[in-house]
Formats: sequence, C-alpha cells, structure tokens
Amino acid sequence: MIPFQYVKPSKQKAAIDTVAKDDTAMFIAGGTNLVDLMKRGIMNPEKLVDINKLPLRKIEKEDGHVRIGALALNGAVAEDKLILEKHPLLSQALNAGASAQLRNMATVGGNIMQRTRCNYFYDTNLPCNKREPGSGCGALQGFNRMHAIFGHSDKCIAVNPSDMNVALVALDAVVLVSGPKGDRRIPFAEFHRLPGDTPQIHTNLQKGELITAVDIPEHPYTKHVNYLKVRDRTSYAFALVSVAAALDLDGSNIKSARLAMGGVAHKPWRLQEAEQFLAGKPATEASFRQAAEIAMRGAKAFEHNQFKLKLGPNTIVQALKNAAAAV
Amino acid sequence: MRQQPCNPSHFMKEYFFQDNMGKPMDRVDGRLKVTGSAKYSAEFELPNMSHGVLVGSTITKGRIKSIDTKAAERAPGVLAVLHYQNSPKVPGYVQAAHPTEPKPIGQPHRVFYDEQVYFNDQPIAIVVADTLERARYAARLVKAQYEEEKHATSFPKHQGKAFLPTAAQRNPKHGLNDYVRGKADAYKGENLKIESEYVIPSEMHNPMELQSIIAHWEAPDRLTVYDKTQAVIGSQNAFAREWKIPVENVKVIATFVGGAFGNGLHTWPHETAAIIAAKKVNRPVKLMLTREQMFTMVGYRPFAWQKVGMSATPDGKITAITHEAIGQTSSYEEFTESTLQQTRMMYTSPNVTTRYRILPLDVSTPIWMRGPGEATGAFALESAMDEMAHVLKMDPLEFRLKNHTDRDPERDRPWSTKFLKEAMLMGAEKIGWNKRQLQPGSLRNGDWLVGYGMGVGTFGAHRNRASAKATMFADGRVVIQSATTDIGPGTGTVMVQIAADALGISPDKIIFELGSSLFPPAPSQGGSATVASVGSAVRDACIALKKKLASLTTGNADSGFRNVKYEDLTFQNGQISLTSSPGTKLSYTDVLKQQKLPEIEVTEESRPSNEERQKYSMYSFSVHFAEVQVHQLTGQVKVTKVVTCADAGKIVNKKTAGNQMIGGAVGGIGMALTEGAVIDDRFGRYVTKDFAEYHIPVHADTPDIDVVFVDKPDFINNAMGTKGIGEIAIIGVAPAITNAIFNATGKRINELPVTPDKLI
Repeated sequence: MIPFQYVKPSKQKAAIDTVAKDDTAMFIAGGTNLVDLMKRGIMNPEKLVDINKLPLRKIEKEDGHVRIGALALNGAVAEDKLILEKHPLLSQALNAGASAQLRNMATVGGNIMQRTRCNYFYDTNLPCNKREPGSGCGALQGFNRMHAIFGHSDKCIAVNPSDMNVALVALDAVVLVSGPKGDRRIPFAEFHRLPGDTPQIHTNLQKGELITAVDIPEHPYTKHVNYLKVRDRTSYAFALVSVAAALDLDGSNIKSARLAMGGVAHKPWRLQEAEQFLAGKPATEASFRQAAEIAMRGAKAFEHNQFKLKLGPNTIVQALKNAAAAV
Repeated sequence: MRQQPCNPSHFMKEYFFQDNMGKPMDRVDGRLKVTGSAKYSAEFELPNMSHGVLVGSTITKGRIKSIDTKAAERAPGVLAVLHYQNSPKVPGYVQAAHPTEPKPIGQPHRVFYDEQVYFNDQPIAIVVADTLERARYAARLVKAQYEEEKHATSFPKHQGKAFLPTAAQRNPKHGLNDYVRGKADAYKGENLKIESEYVIPSEMHNPMELQSIIAHWEAPDRLTVYDKTQAVIGSQNAFAREWKIPVENVKVIATFVGGAFGNGLHTWPHETAAIIAAKKVNRPVKLMLTREQMFTMVGYRPFAWQKVGMSATPDGKITAITHEAIGQTSSYEEFTESTLQQTRMMYTSPNVTTRYRILPLDVSTPIWMRGPGEATGAFALESAMDEMAHVLKMDPLEFRLKNHTDRDPERDRPWSTKFLKEAMLMGAEKIGWNKRQLQPGSLRNGDWLVGYGMGVGTFGAHRNRASAKATMFADGRVVIQSATTDIGPGTGTVMVQIAADALGISPDKIIFELGSSLFPPAPSQGGSATVASVGSAVRDACIALKKKLASLTTGNADSGFRNVKYEDLTFQNGQISLTSSPGTKLSYTDVLKQQKLPEIEVTEESRPSNEERQKYSMYSFSVHFAEVQVHQLTGQVKVTKVVTCADAGKIVNKKTAGNQMIGGAVGGIGMALTEGAVIDDRFGRYVTKDFAEYHIPVHADTPDIDVVFVDKPDFINNAMGTKGIGEIAIIGVAPAITNAIFNATGKRINELPVTPDKLI
C-alpha cells in the first residue's frame, strides 16, 4: 500500500477546494473502482477527499425532471419508486451492472466516473496510452475481444464499462457539476470523451469539479423500455454489447425512440440516426433490423471483436423487440 | 441388473448396524465454518510475525541482469529483501520433488536459485516487513533489469513441436505410450465416420482461499508451517528434503482448506520462498498470494488440443476410435496427466488408438485440476460420441447403451462393479430425455432454442495406504486422528459416520482430527481416494479398538464374557453384548472403568489388496444430463437444468456427496461456458487474471442441479463399498452442455469456452 492522506470534509466547498488546489488529490465516494485501481498501482492519489458527508444522496422529483444526488447508491436508485415509475430503463441498466454488493456501495457519481476495464489499462507492466501516455496501445494488436468498434483511435480502443451511463445517455440526462469556478450543467452525451490523441483524459470534467447530481428530464419512455446486456456470464461481467432501447408507441406505430449502446465505444454510444429512422415506423422486427443496420454504420472491429459487428445489430433488434413487447 | 461378482456377505459383518452410513448427516465442522471460527492457514497468528510479499518477473524468458533493492530496503518496516544473489541456499534443491507425484522429468521451479527467468511473473524476490501493508509497498520499489530472450507462449503456434513424454520414451511399458487395440487408426478406412478437433484453454483452479503459508523455524533444524495444502505428509517430506532435515523435524498444519481442486497437491515456489525468508529474518513469515498470482505461481489445468476420429456400423456399433491429445507443460518440468484413459475402456470398440504428447512452453508448470486429464479427454470423446450418434441419426443415449461394455475392454478383466447403465436410465428419466428431438433446432421457447445433451465420465476408483489412530476415553468419547486433509468434501463428517457404525456408538461421541503431520500418515486428498483409503484405516482402527475392548472383557472373570470369542460379541449402542444372549451386556465405559484405564488406543494401517486389484478393473462412473436454452440472436446460453448421476459405490453421506456432485456440475458449467485464461503472446503474460476477466460461473449461471446416486456398494474395492466422487462429478459435464447446445442450435463448438460470440 502506498501511503496517502484521507480527509472527510462536511462542506462541499472545502472538498472542492482541496481537490482543486492539490494535483495529487482525488474525490472518493463508494470507492468500488478507485480502491481497486490504487491496489493495482494504476492510480496513486496522495490525498483522498471522501465526500460521503455531503448532502448529495436524495432522489427527488423537481419541475420537469427527476434529480438524483451524486451520492445516491446504485442499488437504491435501481429500487427507487420514482425511478421505477418514471425511468424504468435506468433501473434495468443499474441492475445489469456489477453485483448486489457493489451496487450497494457504488454511487451514481462514481459510476459515471468509472474507468475502463481494458486488460492493458489494468496491468502496469503492459503498454497503455490511457494509463501512461506515449507507451502505446496494448489492445490494438493484442487481446481486443472486449474493445471498441466505434469512435476509437490508433491511440486507444478501450470502452466505457458502465451500464448506467448507457441508459443515462439515452434518456438525455444532464450532469450537474460544481467546481472552483462555479456550477455548470453538462449534457450526458458531452460528458465523456472519445480517445483521439489524448485517451488519458476520459471526461470533460475539470480539475476540482465535483459531480453533485444528475437530472433526467421528463419523457414518455415509461413502459416500452429494455436494457439488454450480452455478456460472458449471466451476472457480474462487463458487457460484450449492451443496448438501451426505449419506445413511445401509438398502437403498433413508433412515435419516437431512444437507442444507445454500451461495450462498443470509449463513451456511452447514442444512436440518434437509428432513433430518427424509427420515428413513424411500425414496431416490427423489419423496422428494428433496418434501424440496427443504420446504427452499425461506420463500425470498425479488430482481430478479436469482429463478432460485435453481428452481435451489435442482433442485440439492438432483440432489445427493441423486448421494449415493444414490454407490458 | 447384473450380479454382484462376489458374495459380499463376509465383508458385511462389521456393518451389520448401519445406523449412520448413508445418512445425510450435517457437517461436523459446519458451525465452525459458517461462524468464521474455522481457522485457515493465513489466519493463524504467531508472536513476532512478519509478512512476505513476492515480486514477479515482468519478462517471460531470459535472465536477470540486476536487481535494485535499495529503495525497498530503505522503506519503513522492511526486514529483508531476498533474491537469487542473497537468498540463503536451499540445501536440497536438486532432489526437491514432491513425493506424491510420479517421478518428474525435469525440475520443479527452484525459487531464487539463479538468474534464469522461465515464465512471466516468476517470483524473483521476496520483501519481508513487519506489516503486510509495508511489505506490499516496498515490493513495488524493487526494480529488475533483464536480458530478454525470445519466448514461446502460444500453444497453436508451437503445436508441431509436441513430443511423447520422456518417461514414456524411456520405458516402452509406461502408460503414456501410444495405445493400440485391434488395428491402429482403423476409423480412417470406414465409411460412417467423424473426425473433429477440440481445444480447451488453460483453466485456473481459483479456489476461494488464496494459497498461503506461515513458515516458522522453531530451531535452526525444526520447521513448522501452517500451509494451504492437500497433503500434509507430502509437504512435510518435500520440505524435509529441501532443507535436508529429518522428516520428524518438519510439522505441517492444514486444519482447514478453503477449496483447492488440485493445486494444493504440489509444493510451489511461494512456500519455499516463505521458508527461506523465515530462515533469513529469524521470525515467522506469513505469505499469501494475491488473486493475480494465483494465475502464475501455482498450477492450472493445461491448455490442450485433441482430435478424435470414430467410425461405426449403420446400426450403431462403434468400430474404431482414435483419440490424440497434446497437453501444455513448462520448459523446466514435464507435467503429464491421464487424458485418454476413458477412451481406452469406456466403449466396446474393437479398434482403439490413443496418442498423448506434451508441448513445453515458457509458462509455469500445470498441475492436476479436478477431473485431472480425464475431464479434458471426456470433453473430446463425449462430444465425438454425440457427433457420431447424429451422423447415425441415433439417440445419443441409445448409442451409448449399445456400446456399453460389461467387461473392461482395455485390460480384459471384469469390473469390480459397474452400474453406469442404471445411472444413465435414472438420469434420462429425471431430465425428461424423451423430450429431446433427434433433429437439432426442433424445440423452442420464444426466441430461445432448447436442447438436451449428455456426457459420461469415469475415473479410477483408487485406494492408497493410510493409517489412523483411535483413542477411547473412559467417559466414552473417541478421538480419531489421521494426517489427511479436508478441502471441502466433508471428510471429517464421513469419517465420524464410518467410525460410529464401526464402533457401534453415537456420532456425537466421536471427534475426527485431521490436517496435521503429527497424526498417523495418510495420502494427499486427491484422486478421489480419501474415503476408500482413510475411511478404511478409520474403520480398521475402530475394529481394532473393539477387539481391544473384547480382549479386556473376555479376559476378565467378572465381566460375564470370560473366554467368549470376539466373533460371538455384538457391539452396539456403546455396549458389548453376547450375540446369542443380548441380555448379557456391558458398556464400553464400564470396560475401561473396571480395568481402571483412563483410555485405550490403537493405530492401524490399512492397505488395498493387490490381488483384487489385479483381478478387477475398478472405476467410478458418472453420467450428466443438461437442458439448455440458446438465444437465437444474442447467442446467450442458459443452462436450465442439470441432472448429475454417480455410480460411485456406497454413498456414505448423501448430503456432502451431493454437495460434491453439485460443485462438480458447476465446475463443468464453467469449463463449458465461461472459463479460459488468455495470454498475450507478445508479452507472454496473462491478460485475464482476476475474477472480472476470468469468469467462474455465478449463481445466475447455475440452475437447479439434481443429483442421482445409484448407491450400490463395491465391496471388492473396500469393506465399506465406497468409490470416489470428486473427479467424476466434473468429468463429462462440459460435453453434456455443449452437446445440448448442438441439439438446440445445430452448432457444434469444439473450442471452449462456448461464449455468446461463438453462437451468433
């Protein structure tokens, strides 16, 4: 264990100031990801600022949206009555992630900030541009079964591992952050980054900025939704491919749709062209198949993840079928 | 039902009162385990304890040029940093083979011996500090420079370099030599035939308890270790030989073992490293591997390639089988296992050819993993059986029944007992085999395709020499000791049941102690042989105890039993009585009290009969049935039902035995669907070395598992009629699942694990 300092402020401003001023300081909430990364020597903060005393745990209905505090636990959000009623897609996505024990420890803010599970990022003796800029991408020519098919660069082909993020991007969520320069709202689709030449920067959060809440605006997707995760074992495994599908149906016709994928890109992957295609179409397997083909445009796979080019569209079709059939 | 090959009545006498054998008795250590009071190796605390952490190599092959330990040595709390340059010498390194192994060709890895690196993450240094945290921190500061050589870690790339194991090359009678019955490769000339290749990746045992040891030199020539091992006597001998000290100066304690599945059958570099470190710092050293180190610093089920060719007559009689296998080993040690035995003796085929080869790579040495060898072999053979049946348009159960053999076709001997046919019919009924359709893809449940599959397994019903000491106290308590271990099957519990029946007393009066080299010697807990071996010793010790009681009684004028023969006495409910006149009785405790004895004790050694073993072939058999659903679009597989059946002699405890069968089925589900360790060949390093990346099945992957026992005793094997279960519980499970996937989808995936990507 590398020694570090640990503080637990009760004021948000104190927490933010501490991290903003100290290059080696990090926020910690549930610690389900950061502690692992510290044990492996992947992240070595010299100061941990525990934010669990901050009043950021509530899930509340506000005007035009539901606000989820950054410290709300994944398990609590998944089982929350308001979430089940208004945002069942989010509940399904959360329950598809990790294990019950982890969901009872992990927070919403922490889940958003979760780092990739790329095998090369996780081993400090292997090359990884994300962990050690300039060392090369181990996965590009290596074992890349779990890796990206969209939005990757020759510097990094890692994927974002979160299930929750896929639902939140589909639902047009907004991330509320507070920093040394004040508060701001970041649309979910703009929160995470593509790797480009700087895969070491995985979000657009600035130094010292703290996620305080997530807003999910009202929407009609309260019934015909499905989060479908295909993985190597039935629970406690990261997605090979996952799909968040939501339909607003008028009889058997689609009024509008939301669609996003996980396990395919460095960020949760929203499929807006496919959504637009679906609007006004009959809710049939044929429409879903066409939407899936549109969704897969531009996909490029590597040696071990060619299967995602087929599993991806198949999973979209099945998730849309499940969503349409949901009662 | 076939006849018993011999009259068992003369064995039955000592078991006239089977009050406990067969009962689903609760585990005697269950409360200790669930309350956390059971102490595992790393949980012992000794005064002045220090903590060791291993540093692994970051290259795969080459030599260490230099090791910089300055920063680590300066770190707080550090007591020593040891490596090949400054490590105390291990005097017996050259002969340090584990005694339970067949004579190895090559040399088990000698930790800190020289500058050579043979595999990635090879331990190259140990840091010892006053706390675990400090040792871990300092271990990160050790930096090595290497002279790297080109390594070979890809099995497919080097497959052509496989060869016949040296042991077989040297001895034409060695069991690993090529085997031919009838005509070699006879299937090739036949019309109705199949030929397929199979690949199984390296699998890690990954027991819940991490490999750990506390090494304590109580004097310069007296060593005590608390060690996670399946063999306290084996480890005792290995350490005594390594350090050239008398065996009795080495004490090995393994009171509880939190699962092992075979990787505690060998001593590993970390154990010697801790003993070296304890010598150097002159304090006890505790060392526990990390989960990542469990992939490299202990053994694993080796990567294997196989090929099966099979032919049959149109009406379903097998005419020929050829089964070839190549198993991975390390560059410094030839690990071999029995992969092809099932093919030699399971079916009637007049022509059988088997060829076994090994392929050394720059990896650590593998070790037996549950169903060692045979689980690998059975995957290929039983998949081929399914494929052949499909070509014949025959039900795979019918095909197996048609080729069932009532005599061992390999050795041309009778079986001691074999009730596999009965097991097959019982299992088929339980899973609802009649629902299975001959044509794959015929059954569905919504978007899911439904299929049924089966697989057969077998493993030698071994029995080894073992001994036990039984002490009866004047208050009626009995303590029995034997240096066996309990890695989870419930050994302590069944030994109490065996002793209770043999002695004619209640189980709650009996304590069975194991896991210490101070107790009378017993073999390692491996090869499904513990109940037959140690159980026989316990039973013999109990009978000897009864004889001693009898002699005390019959020699005593006041007892009412004067000059009565042992054979005319009945031992029941803690009392001796005259069989002919049950009213004449005396309690065991009164016998001791009359003689003013605080206790009586006996030690017995029990050996299998070589004569019987020459006359009969002794195997346990299993058959497993699986029902699966496969999603048409996403390739997800759900195992919806498993029925697992054992023909394993008399079942001593249906609860703990059932527990073993369920565990084996879960292991088989992992083998079939989820497990496989991946090396990035460019670096020679595992890239899947935690539970997030190496997938063992979770509860959500495992359905209700029905266990069926034929429960027919084999009195030729031993007087209790038992045979082993641990191995057959997993052997044949993986092909049952992949055959069910074929039945559901028409897709035959011969490269494990069958993950969703392979089915879309």
